[in-house]
Amino acid sequence: MSGENWLFQAFVYLAAAVVAVPLAKRFGLGSVLGYLLAGVAIGPFGLGFVGQEGEDLIHVAEFGVVMMLFVVGLELEPALLWRLRGPIFALGGLQVMVTAFLAAAAALALGLLWQEALAVGLILSLSSTAIVLQTLNEKGLLRGEGGQSSFAVLLFQDIAVIPMLAVFPLLATHGADHDAASHAATTWTAGMPPWAQTLAVLGAVAAVVLAGRFLIRPALSAIARTRLRELFTAAALLLVIGIALLMTQVGLSPALGTFLAGVVLANSEYRHELESDIEPFKGLLLGLFFIAVGASIDFALIVAQPLLIAGLVLAIVALKFGVLFVLARLFRLSFDQSMLFAFALPQVGEFAFVLFSFASQEGVLGATITGPLVAAVALSMALTPLLLLVNERLVQPRFGTPRQTEREPDAIDEHHPVIIAGFGGFGSTVGRLLKANGVPTTVLEYDSDRVDLLRRLGLKVFYGDASRYDLLASAGAGEARLLVLALDTPERTLELVHTARRHFPHLQILARAFDWGDALELRAAGVDHVYRESLDTAARAGADAMRLLGSRAYRAVRAAQTFVHHDEAALDELYQHRHDFSVYLSEARRRIENLERIMLADREDRSLEHDAGWDAESLREEVRSIGMSRAPTAPGGGVSGQDT
Amino acid sequence: MARLLILFAHPALEKSRVHRRLIREAQAIEGVTVNDLYEEYPDFQINVQREQALLLDHDLIVLQHPMFWYSTPAILKQWQDLVLEHGWAYGSRGNALRGKLVLSLITTGGGEAAYQHGGFNRYTIAELLAPIAQTVRLCKMEYLPPYVIFGTHRMDEDAIAMAAARYRRLLLALRDDRIDLAGVNGSPVLNPAVAMLLEG
Repeated sequence: MSGENWLFQAFVYLAAAVVAVPLAKRFGLGSVLGYLLAGVAIGPFGLGFVGQEGEDLIHVAEFGVVMMLFVVGLELEPALLWRLRGPIFALGGLQVMVTAFLAAAAALALGLLWQEALAVGLILSLSSTAIVLQTLNEKGLLRGEGGQSSFAVLLFQDIAVIPMLAVFPLLATHGADHDAASHAATTWTAGMPPWAQTLAVLGAVAAVVLAGRFLIRPALSAIARTRLRELFTAAALLLVIGIALLMTQVGLSPALGTFLAGVVLANSEYRHELESDIEPFKGLLLGLFFIAVGASIDFALIVAQPLLIAGLVLAIVALKFGVLFVLARLFRLSFDQSMLFAFALPQVGEFAFVLFSFASQEGVLGATITGPLVAAVALSMALTPLLLLVNERLVQPRFGTPRQTEREPDAIDEHHPVIIAGFGGFGSTVGRLLKANGVPTTVLEYDSDRVDLLRRLGLKVFYGDASRYDLLASAGAGEARLLVLALDTPERTLELVHTARRHFPHLQILARAFDWGDALELRAAGVDHVYRESLDTAARAGADAMRLLGSRAYRAVRAAQTFVHHDEAALDELYQHRHDFSVYLSEARRRIENLERIMLADREDRSLEHDAGWDAESLREEVRSIGMSRAPTAPGGGVSGQDT
Repeated sequence: MARLLILFAHPALEKSRVHRRLIREAQAIEGVTVNDLYEEYPDFQINVQREQALLLDHDLIVLQHPMFWYSTPAILKQWQDLVLEHGWAYGSRGNALRGKLVLSLITTGGGEAAYQHGGFNRYTIAELLAPIAQTVRLCKMEYLPPYVIFGTHRMDEDAIAMAAARYRRLLLALRDDRIDLAGVNGSPVLNPAVAMLLEG
């Protein structure tokens, strides 16, 4: 792709995505199908904007899968991964072996050599991590049992690719096409003896884990301290790309490596920030990947041999579906979760494209076999979102168990009911008070030194700019009930209010304001609970002043509290009439005007006077005027007994 | 139809078994205003103007609370001290509340037998409530015999549910003027009259 051509290509891909995806979502088809259709539309058999480079693009865009697994890893704490070890190895292992065996048997029956049949079976046993995770996540199904099992199986398949790559050269039946296979020789480990290769693999994994623990966190902390957001993004990308490179060099799957790094960093304070930095790249690359898959579907071949291709797709999907469903039932998933599991994974994955080309390079499979199979694989991927729709619309309503139990509590991340943005003096007091009363909070803080300190003290604090939508989302704003705003400046507070009101209208916002000008703006922005940081402490200082001048303590405290109530009512009043008098006034003029109105309101409020109920003066007067004969009756019920 | 105002005082409703049920019933009845004092004034800053306006708007005031140290919870005393102002509620020119009815609706942990002369608590409920009765009279209102839910310590869930149902029907009867208030005057508690009403 040359200069302007490159821009044109980018334009075509982005335009296709921007048009097709919203349309697909409008019709309830999900973004993955939207991208795939966009790919078909601009591909050689649609508008013809994209030619054969579609397949090259798949390899580039596969990096989206690498990033996706990094993000998945970030959301998976090591403890949860450990709990999933059963499903990963037992369920995943059985799925790959049984599917591979049955597919190979079928291929053998169709007249393939046993080596070819085995290779085909192994390739077909894999499913598409990209499509399945993206679609399930979009539908919110990833955290259910069926979703978790799907994830476990996909993870095992990612591991299983490595031995497959090792075994394929042994299955060669005709001369290997080693000119094209040159990439295999570029890895550091290619020339090493097997034991050294194993050592290199183990060393690389250990390096990722240790670096994640002891190197990456301090490095991220140093970068965060520069407060340059784009530098942090660059560091996040560097991290993912670096690990991917390392893994490729030792012959491991890059997706697996970044997944591991993600898990190691899942407990770190930078997790939400990393996640929100990688997210847009991941989304774009995955979109590109799906478009490329759509564009690479060979309609010429399909038109030439429609029955063969359709039969292949049907047979593959049916076989995988059957194996998946039986295994799910064996592993005691409920009927509807088993259905979801089986409907999610029956396609063949993106690794198939890699493995098919590798297999033909190594001389395992010929073009007559790979051609129709590649078409069938692409079609089976395109079919997945449709199959899940069938499950959702037709199967579940009819055969699924009705959903009467509440959704299980989140396993991947405990979502706290309160998010506190800004953990300075104000935010930390709120947080400590809530914590002392058993209310867990998620804290977002932009000052990385403070984050370090608070984490050393054992608090759950995350680094990041809370006014970013994606960071709020990954901190659980969708599930939280309250958002406490204690940021350092009114501007950032208002920015965050707008973001939260737009994307999370259910969140109740409690906002710290600096003065009443600020408080009025927050009220105008739709915040019902506004706390002026100076009001209560200033009132307490006023009360102490009264005490020092000789007032009784309770009278001073009650006077101060009454004043606070009055002041908030006056602010409310000011807010109601803000449009009457603010239009033509400058900001400074308006502040003076506001102060004047508040002081005037002070004069009119009867409640600010000394409490009449405790004032026996009028009572004494009445008693004196009636005369001593009635005296014992009247004061008996009043409070004058405490007086005189 | 009488307008009912329930002045409700319970400092720890989250720990309450009986009042939580009762007040939920009351809140569901049309024509009954529940004024939850501890919820409204957690800092004891009674808004006198608001409280006086509420009193003026209603015909029958129910003081609903658990018995604390043979008296009301603290906030209800604070409420009396501040809201019932001289020259407004009592005194030669204090006639704002004249003619209204007041009913104490009380729960006690001990049983009815404990509140008798010679019983564990030595005094009857009516005697213990004498300060309230006199306050009401001084404010020119009429004090009804108290309705007492005795023995809440020993109540199981079924008994609480029954008490709540009776309470609901009592409030409805008061609202719709279906209790012969002249007839109950002078009896120590309202309970027998309510029992008769509910059976009849």
